[in-house]
Amino acid sequence: MTELREVDPDWAVTRPAVLRDALGVGIATGAYGLSFGAISTASGLSVLQTCFLSLVLFSGGSQFALAGVVGGGGAPMTGAATALLLGVRNGFYGLRLSGLLRLRSWQRPLAAQIVIDESTAMSVVRTSRPAARLAFWSTGISVFVLWNLATVIGAFAADALRDPRVLGLDAAAPAAFLALMSPRLRSREPRIVAAVAAVVALASVPLVPTGVPVLLAAAVAVVFGFGSTRREPDDEPLAPEEVNA
Amino acid sequence: MWPAVIVASLGCYLIKLAGLSVPQKWLANRRVMHVANLLPVALLTALIATQAFTSGRHLQIDARAAGLLAAVIAVRFKAPFLVVVGLACLVAAVVRLAA
Repeated sequence: MTELREVDPDWAVTRPAVLRDALGVGIATGAYGLSFGAISTASGLSVLQTCFLSLVLFSGGSQFALAGVVGGGGAPMTGAATALLLGVRNGFYGLRLSGLLRLRSWQRPLAAQIVIDESTAMSVVRTSRPAARLAFWSTGISVFVLWNLATVIGAFAADALRDPRVLGLDAAAPAAFLALMSPRLRSREPRIVAAVAAVVALASVPLVPTGVPVLLAAAVAVVFGFGSTRREPDDEPLAPEEVNA
Repeated sequence: MWPAVIVASLGCYLIKLAGLSVPQKWLANRRVMHVANLLPVALLTALIATQAFTSGRHLQIDARAAGLLAAVIAVRFKAPFLVVVGLACLVAAVVRLAA
């Protein structure tokens, strides 16, 4: 991984590029929010419950899972458990983001709400701390606003919007994550981790409950991270006494 | 329904907050930091794979795979981010329409 700069040398270029991409991700994700609003109300949740999920839970995968379980006739608490399982990855994102963003204590409860796939993916690939921060906040806020707006519209306009696949929008998230991750996949170790994580996730899909495959992929990162003895320059410079810890 | 909605919502928020609140001292260890760096790579790649190639609990190759392939090619040609995403949607929609 490349070294993280404290000052961005190309800020005049970086800033508008980050903001533009943040808005783009917000629009693509927002389109999915329309279908969440529609599917959730069709699954038997009220408009108020649907909007509560988008405001407070705010994690697309978990929200769709809850609505899906309930809509399929499952117990609401089973849906909640699946949603929580899918939400665990956001905790792992937080581990990485807290060192990267260096949040003040009053910022933490606000930042926590927007720790999601999109804001993490946009943030961790930056080469400077200001860019990482801007990418996190702008993407998080852009997705939050548009996702919630779209949820309300979708909840009321249910029928027309139930299937975003007609517009190919189900390919948007994988493509976005791929575009964001690819610069980081040039060095050997992240490449191996990515490949093994993908294989582990796909191989386990038929065997374990929804949400678990992605967590098994997290275990791949843990095994490789602890197992690798090679010295690689990390993003954060370490104090000398910590290097041998 | 409300208890499930509230448990899931507050639980998911607290998970996010807990991740951000782990003391930096714990993360100062080189190996722990190395793991924290690799976690988003593993999680996001697993998401790419599962979102593109599964449906429920089965593996499934459909228009999404074509969209992802278009994205891989666009990334190879260093296309801007929004072009990669737009192209993936377009290809997936066209393939689905044709199928």
